[in-house]
Amino acid sequence: MTAKILSPAMSKAPPSNWKNWIGVIPFFLFAILFLFLPSFRLFAGSFINSEGHFTLENLLELFTQPYILNSYWLSIRISAVTALGGGIFGFLLAYSVTVGGLPRALRPALITFSGVASNFAGVPLAFAFVATLGRTGFVTALLKNLFHLNLYDSGFSLYSFVGLSLTYMYFQFPLMVLIMAPALDGLRREWREAAENLGATTMQYWFHIAMPILLPSLLGAMILLFGNAFGAYATAYALTGGALPIITIQIGAQIRGDVLHNPGLGYAMAMGMVIIMAVSLAGYSLLQRKTERWLK
Amino acid sequence: MNDSKQTRKFPFWSWFWFIIGVLYFILPLYATLDFSLRMERGVLSFKAYERAFSDPEFLRTFGYSVILALVTIIVSILITVPTAYWIRLRLPEARRIVEFITLLPFVIPAIILVFGMIYVYSSPLKFPFTNITLMQPLTTFTFGTDILIVGGYMVLGLPYMYRSVDTGMRTVDVRTLTEAAQSLGANWFTIISSVILPNLRTALLSGALLTFAIVVGEVILASFLGVPTFGPYLFLLGQHRAYEPAALTFTTFLLTWAAMGIIQLVTGGQGQTAGAH
Repeated sequence: MTAKILSPAMSKAPPSNWKNWIGVIPFFLFAILFLFLPSFRLFAGSFINSEGHFTLENLLELFTQPYILNSYWLSIRISAVTALGGGIFGFLLAYSVTVGGLPRALRPALITFSGVASNFAGVPLAFAFVATLGRTGFVTALLKNLFHLNLYDSGFSLYSFVGLSLTYMYFQFPLMVLIMAPALDGLRREWREAAENLGATTMQYWFHIAMPILLPSLLGAMILLFGNAFGAYATAYALTGGALPIITIQIGAQIRGDVLHNPGLGYAMAMGMVIIMAVSLAGYSLLQRKTERWLK
Repeated sequence: MNDSKQTRKFPFWSWFWFIIGVLYFILPLYATLDFSLRMERGVLSFKAYERAFSDPEFLRTFGYSVILALVTIIVSILITVPTAYWIRLRLPEARRIVEFITLLPFVIPAIILVFGMIYVYSSPLKFPFTNITLMQPLTTFTFGTDILIVGGYMVLGLPYMYRSVDTGMRTVDVRTLTEAAQSLGANWFTIISSVILPNLRTALLSGALLTFAIVVGEVILASFLGVPTFGPYLFLLGQHRAYEPAALTFTTFLLTWAAMGIIQLVTGGQGQTAGAH
């Protein structure tokens, strides 16, 4: 199959300008088969009712069925909380190794570790957190032995909103470090010197010069973190087994068996997710472009 | 003067946040390692690792994942390299659209991708306007799901693979290389295989390792398409075992470390990040 797809790139092309497009046919064929066709079918399917006729009912139902609305809302809350928490914490970490005055050698170490941690997700991540903060986890036991603090008696559970958020943070804040470290590097020394020569305090420098430059990048990165958490499925499923009905878990249940008793509604649910992801990615790239003007 | 005061002062808050960050990184890993070594009561041992690695099911599923990863990497390279090359040389007007497509996997999470693939490929391929079946649904036979999962993995790895290849081509100036090879009489096949590909070693290696890291632990596509890979195996093992999953989790982490570490080494710190959450 591969050989067949690739052959046009090598074969002779007719002598006109559009012949150059033949070279990218394999790529477009791949994109159509595995990217456009699946998403287009979901899109089209969300306008079809159980009898096979055109309808807008499914899209309206997204906003009226509490079961679906709650899932979206839970996903949005968990993504927002981990984007904000991971964003702030990741920014502080990136700050500490770039302009924060820590030894230079720590920077590459932190960047490499962030690269690993932002890729360490899904089932292994869930298992690692069970070993850490589960009922008999390492930290749970440590707190009990050292401070006589029983986490699970005080209302904490790893298999709850807070627990899942803490787990998501493990891949959220490293991603923030990876995005913000280059942006913080872009802050030029001359800007700070100029500000100080004019008598600005450190606070004034940060609030009037550094922050306005970094803000679009900071916001953009947090929006990206939001999307990163919003699309997550495996971590939540492995950790809570579906007890926390975030939107990806509901879609998973719909794929396994038509739990909504309306395939079209399932497709509409998926499309709603794609729209939220698209808006967040567009927001990210818009804000990123704004920052690039300064940080070149 | 302010600056000199700044540098002499001990950066307390920087250290504070750094140490919290390191603890957040290390604690779950330490906890997993610690737990995985306690299979035998009272002593630390590698028994969980021995048990986990000697399970024939582990070998089978892990081998399957590695093979899928290799096929994904090879086919991805065969598609992205000629495309990026062609765009640079002959078709700059396609750059925007192709770059847009390579970003789409960020908008379409794996769970949606597999939903759509099952929807499209679970019905048989019919000859247009007739009832003659050309092909059984891809989701119904092993080779079919293998094709689907490799296609899906290529989509998940596409942003990283394409970006590393494209960056690689920018740094080695493929146009000059191509013109030099052409003036020496090389044909297209020779140019791509003996001039372009060797010069893209670093870029290809980092794209390949990222794809490897994504594919080996992947669970969403595999479990919904019913492909017996390592991800679903680890998940199921976690349902009825305690120590072996911890051992395999720690091993997975070391593998990710190795992949990212090599990328850092070969690219000199221009690390990338992927996501298969």
